[in-house]
Amino acid sequence: MAGKAYVITSGKGGVGKTTTTANLGTGLAKLGKRVVLIDADIGLRNLDVVLGLENRIVYDIVDVVEGNCRLEQALIKDKRYSSLCLLPAAQTRDKTSVNPEQMVELTDQLREEFDYIIIDCPAGIEQGFKNAIAGADEAVVVTTPEVSAVRDADRIIGMLEAEGVHDPQLIINRVRIDMINRGDMMDIEDMIEILAIKLLGIVPEDEKIVVSTNKGEPVVLLENTRSGEAFWNITRRIEGEEVPLIDLEEGLLNKIKRLVGLR
Amino acid sequence: MLDIMKGIFNNKEDVSSKDVAKERLRLVLVHDRIGVSPEIIEEMKEEMIEVISKYLDIDNDRIDMDLERQDNSVALIANIPVRRLKKKR
Repeated sequence: MAGKAYVITSGKGGVGKTTTTANLGTGLAKLGKRVVLIDADIGLRNLDVVLGLENRIVYDIVDVVEGNCRLEQALIKDKRYSSLCLLPAAQTRDKTSVNPEQMVELTDQLREEFDYIIIDCPAGIEQGFKNAIAGADEAVVVTTPEVSAVRDADRIIGMLEAEGVHDPQLIINRVRIDMINRGDMMDIEDMIEILAIKLLGIVPEDEKIVVSTNKGEPVVLLENTRSGEAFWNITRRIEGEEVPLIDLEEGLLNKIKRLVGLR
Repeated sequence: MLDIMKGIFNNKEDVSSKDVAKERLRLVLVHDRIGVSPEIIEEMKEEMIEVISKYLDIDNDRIDMDLERQDNSVALIANIPVRRLKKKR
């Protein structure tokens, strides 16, 4: 069976595309799937450091496209799961070094060997975005509960549709239940309604993400982390499992409020 | 006592900032989706009213015309009260 290609995109930068890509890829590999992650952010390579693979890079995506090496030579095996590979972005080139046709060709080649191809899309709506979505069958849009991020997500959803990538799914990242309860953060239902899109999952704000990025170890592998649990749930949903949404743990103050009957 | 505690725990202002965010987002998305600025919409409204006024006697004070989101699309919804047909010129 040919593999499925997902693009992880957002429009706005810094909302968690690379973190999401690393965690879903690692999660799917943990489930025993053969997974390849493509860093499509040429010039601003980062997926390698998030995965802790930065010291193993020899060739990159531009080398493959230009024929400097074979595709297999550029694929870096993950430290933890042998069924997980990374195709790194080039760091000293720019987005025009690859074109959409080459991306389609590349993903088609990878489909033969892998169950999942997950493409980490650069921020923005220019060439890099067009490259990243060219070979994708499915799209996951990542946003945070902020006006700017949701606005950009809406724009990206429109552009995906226009480019023929239908029915994208949404991940809402960095959710803070204490702020939602205070009325200082848009709630999940509001964002879903505004964007008119299917929800794939919500990920709570978690400082463990910073720690895991420091170490180059995706949080999905850590026991007892709230963000890790959220990414694990999303992974299983991608595999077709019905998993209920994560129960956003309420803060201490809200617990007290509830106990004394103020909520 | 309860009120005092509410005062301590609930620092809500009259309108919560999430509602402000939602409203601003709704507005900005309506214009983003069709790629038209609010000024152009206003200009178009005035021109349309001008054209309609040529044929119908309308109640200018009660005209309600705006862009609205309907699911994933944007619609121009107009409510223009008509007093009577204008006599042929």
